[in-house]
Amino acid sequence: MLEVDGITTRYGAITALHGASLEVRAGELVALVGPNGAGKTTLLNTVAGLLSPATGSVRFEGVDITGSEPADLVRAGLALVPEHRRIFKDLTVEENLKLGAATVPKAERKQRLDEAAEVFTVLRAKWNTSAGFLSGGEAQQLAVARALMSNPRLLLLDEPTLGLAPTMVDVVFHLLEDLRSQGRTMLVVEQNATRALQLADRGYLLRTGNIVASGAGADLAADAELFDSFIGGHAAATTDTPPGGAT
Amino acid sequence: MTKLLQTLVDGLGVGSTYALLALGISLIFGVMHLVNFAHGELITVGAYTAYFFFLHGGSWWWMPFAIIGAAVLASMATEFLAFRWVRNASPFTLLLTSFAIERLSHALWQIFVSPKQRAFPKPSWVFNQFKIAGVSFEVMDIVTIGVTIATLVITAVVFKRTLFGISVRGAAEDFDAARLMGVRANRVISGAFGFAGFLAGVAACLILMRTPAAEPSMGSDWLLKAVIAAVIGGLGSFTGAVVGGVVLGLLETLTRAYLPEVATGWDKFSTAVVFIVIAIFFVIRPDGIFKVSHAERV
Repeated sequence: MLEVDGITTRYGAITALHGASLEVRAGELVALVGPNGAGKTTLLNTVAGLLSPATGSVRFEGVDITGSEPADLVRAGLALVPEHRRIFKDLTVEENLKLGAATVPKAERKQRLDEAAEVFTVLRAKWNTSAGFLSGGEAQQLAVARALMSNPRLLLLDEPTLGLAPTMVDVVFHLLEDLRSQGRTMLVVEQNATRALQLADRGYLLRTGNIVASGAGADLAADAELFDSFIGGHAAATTDTPPGGAT
Repeated sequence: MTKLLQTLVDGLGVGSTYALLALGISLIFGVMHLVNFAHGELITVGAYTAYFFFLHGGSWWWMPFAIIGAAVLASMATEFLAFRWVRNASPFTLLLTSFAIERLSHALWQIFVSPKQRAFPKPSWVFNQFKIAGVSFEVMDIVTIGVTIATLVITAVVFKRTLFGISVRGAAEDFDAARLMGVRANRVISGAFGFAGFLAGVAACLILMRTPAAEPSMGSDWLLKAVIAAVIGGLGSFTGAVVGGVVLGLLETLTRAYLPEVATGWDKFSTAVVFIVIAIFFVIRPDGIFKVSHAERV
């Protein structure tokens, strides 16, 4: 469904991705893990069209989408839940969702909003509240709900549990499971590397702009040694290495 | 008491015109982080449009539509021909571009029409007066306030209810996030310029009904006041722009009316007093009345 082939992305003189390649097949949940600064967010932003790669190509459902506008990619069926959620704090919950449905034909928009209110009961209670007043967990659910409004066939999620309380982390992981059981294809960047890989069908390990390992999610998660060397602190819970180092 | 009431109504009249212009400036600042110094030129465009049509038998019955239409087109044209090409340049480049358009506009009217003022007829009823409880008001004051309120209601409905309005507000807060929702940058920015043109067109109608004349640099004075009003209110805040405009209008008329008449010509100091008050205000509250938190650049 998604084929990222050897993309190099630069911010001015700094190269954040060095020819990274990965693939997401229809119906899969793929986890992209790696230490801070590895280029995970850069990769998702390049796929979603916020950044243009210097070299390499991105194909979505067989069509070359390299360097396409995000607005066109949403219409093609690809949506990104960006890092730090980036919900519109000045807009109400409803307005955030309406904007999420910007590409949906007017006649269907109302129905989509009703569906979202049904699925995300937390949001229904805060329907006319400014999104700036939501808690972290509510804001994350809004960010996901907003991206789902366009009914994307591929959903990209960037650090969906960042900064959330442990109970809310559980809620978000349950949400990912639900979405997968509905057959939604997803590419997830996640700081809870072990947990994300255990949930994922397949995983990729990104380090300093390169994909350094890939495989079935559970296998990657089990490879504690690999994790120690590349991720440090996050995987430490499964090994006897004392926690610390990278976060 | 009578004087105070009349002064307040006068102030509201002038202030509401400032408010409409400030709203347009705030709107463009929201989506582009540009203080558009060419915004006042839309009044000039409206004025020359009216002058042109009156030469060929125009009537005030339909002139407002022509003025507003011209302002909308001119506003969208500046975006399409100029600002679009420097959208990702530094804020300084954007600012310079807007200055350039302002100067170019002055020069073009001077060269192709005349450096002198060109007058055209005013509506016959403008300076008619009527009395409520012994206090006399001008018809135009009431028309100005009424039209402004109606325009603000339309603005509120557009930005609260329509997808275009929500897109503009979303884009003003976080442009990339709005693009991720499928909002097209060109469309939302072009639409914002169009709407700012509409607001400036309405303001131009109100201004031209009172002073029916076109002059190459007539937009600049209004622009300066409108920018001040927008900044007093807090750049990027719609409510702030309206409040800032009304406050500035009241401040001006009140100082003009109540500065002591110790010597002739003291009323000339009213502008100075207004600027002093504004300077003190910015020392106390540099972000304006309504602070806009997300003032990062798009």
